[in-house]
Amino acid sequence: MRRKKKALFLSFGLGVVLALGVTGLRSITHAQESPAAEASAATPEAAPAATAAPAEPVPDPTGENTGTAADVPVKDAANPTLPEVMATVGHNKIAINIVWTLFCGFLVMFMQAGFAMVETGFTRAKNAAHTMSMNFMVYPIGLLGYWICGFAFQMGGASPLATLGGTGVLNSEFSITLFGKAFDLFGTKGFFLGPDVYDVGVFTMFLFQMVFMDTTVTIPTGAMAERWKWSSFLVYGFFMSMFIYPIFGNWVWGGGWLADLGANFGLGHGHVDFAGSSVVHMVGGVAALAGAIVLGPRLGKYTKDGKPVAIPGHHIPMAIVGTFILAFGWFGFNPGSTLSGGDLRIAVVATNTMLASAGGAMAAMVYMMLRFGKPDPSMMANGMLAGLVAITAPCAFVTAPVAVLIGVISGILVCLSVFFIEGKLKIDDPVGAISVHGVNGAWGVLSLGLFADGKYGDGWNGVPGRVTGLFYGDGKQFLAECIGTITCFVFVFVSFYLFFKVLDAIIGNRVSAEAEMNGLDGPEMGAHGYPEFAPAAGAGGPFPEGVTAPTP
Amino acid sequence: MKKIESIIRPHLLDAVKTALQDVGVVGMTVSEVKGFGRQKGHTETYRGSEYKVEFLPKVKIEVAIPDALLEQAIEVILKAGKTGKFGDGKVFVTSLEDVIRIRTGERGEAAL
Repeated sequence: MRRKKKALFLSFGLGVVLALGVTGLRSITHAQESPAAEASAATPEAAPAATAAPAEPVPDPTGENTGTAADVPVKDAANPTLPEVMATVGHNKIAINIVWTLFCGFLVMFMQAGFAMVETGFTRAKNAAHTMSMNFMVYPIGLLGYWICGFAFQMGGASPLATLGGTGVLNSEFSITLFGKAFDLFGTKGFFLGPDVYDVGVFTMFLFQMVFMDTTVTIPTGAMAERWKWSSFLVYGFFMSMFIYPIFGNWVWGGGWLADLGANFGLGHGHVDFAGSSVVHMVGGVAALAGAIVLGPRLGKYTKDGKPVAIPGHHIPMAIVGTFILAFGWFGFNPGSTLSGGDLRIAVVATNTMLASAGGAMAAMVYMMLRFGKPDPSMMANGMLAGLVAITAPCAFVTAPVAVLIGVISGILVCLSVFFIEGKLKIDDPVGAISVHGVNGAWGVLSLGLFADGKYGDGWNGVPGRVTGLFYGDGKQFLAECIGTITCFVFVFVSFYLFFKVLDAIIGNRVSAEAEMNGLDGPEMGAHGYPEFAPAAGAGGPFPEGVTAPTP
Repeated sequence: MKKIESIIRPHLLDAVKTALQDVGVVGMTVSEVKGFGRQKGHTETYRGSEYKVEFLPKVKIEVAIPDALLEQAIEVILKAGKTGKFGDGKVFVTSLEDVIRIRTGERGEAAL
């Protein structure tokens, strides 16, 4: 009985839908009919049913007929006006840019997974849950910190965001006057993404800038892995995302004083950094350096006479997959930094990015083979990342052969830097973050100052003409890059050295020796990365001759 | 009755197992072990730093056999477990006082 009722109801519903559909189609055919046809339809001979039989809608498999004049909203279809058409063109232009920027931001967001895998793969199994968790929590921590005030400090005075609609609501910058020029220091609008910046262009910018910031926040977790206290890490995450990254970011991308070096002092286009070799990678790498110095090396990393001991990572396949995820995410990182899908320079940017990554990986592999006889997978991965970091600043400004050259140099540089930092400076960096991001971040912006070919970047940072490097005739551009690099190092290193020292005195940065020997998973996280294979207490790392494990 | 403990290269486990079965050994116990001999392990490099691998992974095979099978069993272990390079391992032979099958309580060669 019930079923019958349901069937009845269904057939009734179907009938209504069909009837509505037919009426709808009828009205459409009616509108398209010529007046003559209309007249003939009105004659009594033509049965209404015959005229109502519409042509079946034809699918459009090639897409040639999809998107026509009918899709342009106009008041009078017969007489579209130029302003109406222009409005649609403008809307579409900005829509392409916003979709492009958001999509690239999504790719960059996924780089967090790459970082998590690289760092965890290069460290030991007993710390897997801890290393993974740091890479996981930088996302929510960084996001919230950036939402509270980071974005406002970085982009609060960056308007107008021309490619994203340019409503110009981000228009408040704090600046001081030095040498008779305004030095823009940080933005002061956009806190909590409040009602005054409730704007699609601003929200697009927030998403895109946020994932870049998060890349920076996650870099030191690698260099400080396997010994960093969770509570200290939490405070660090907010400090980086709320203050240090946004302030340096403002100086370069938010219309700050480094960007203005060109307009104010005639130094090329000011400090140019296309996608963040300095803003993102060098800031992260230098913070990693300060953190690793304050934290000290892992137990067992150095023998009594100061010789570094290798502590192999537990999962090289994981690290290699993570490297590929990062290389893939970089297609959002660099090409997305046009903030414009209509800027077809994205083709050059994307291709240069992949070329440099290949150069970096090849050079690191060949270097290791020549020096040690074997390629060393961890250095191949570091080499590819080094190439990507280095090309991040110059990717839009250099030719393809130069992109390969920049990558090759970065691949060798990363090997030399890893040995120097570990062997000579005695700083323990388990994953090579300082060398990959810090050293090659600096190399990236400097290489832009050397090799920018003067083909792109007209009007960059408010300076007419295109961005041109030292080897193409503009030595002042290189000088601006040098100033930006030195500023980045001094500002970030001093800030984080003091920050970690103060934090050390208040809550401590390092876990107990006992926790470190047992692995941080249990004591710090309360869960093991691999509970079925948990190493026996006290095991899990080589303690070579001459290294005595300190008694807790 | 004798007990043979053979420390062999892990990748030769299958060859040694088959060879022992072929001469009539009906049961064995296998464990993954680590150790070193006269070469005291070896050094490897990771990211440019050397580290010493002191305890190399090996496989230990334990078999209990009647005296009559001893020489034959040793012969096939030496044949199947040998590469001729350092690190092939060792064979230890001990006398067994008694063997007891838990299920039935049988003792001696009947329990093998």
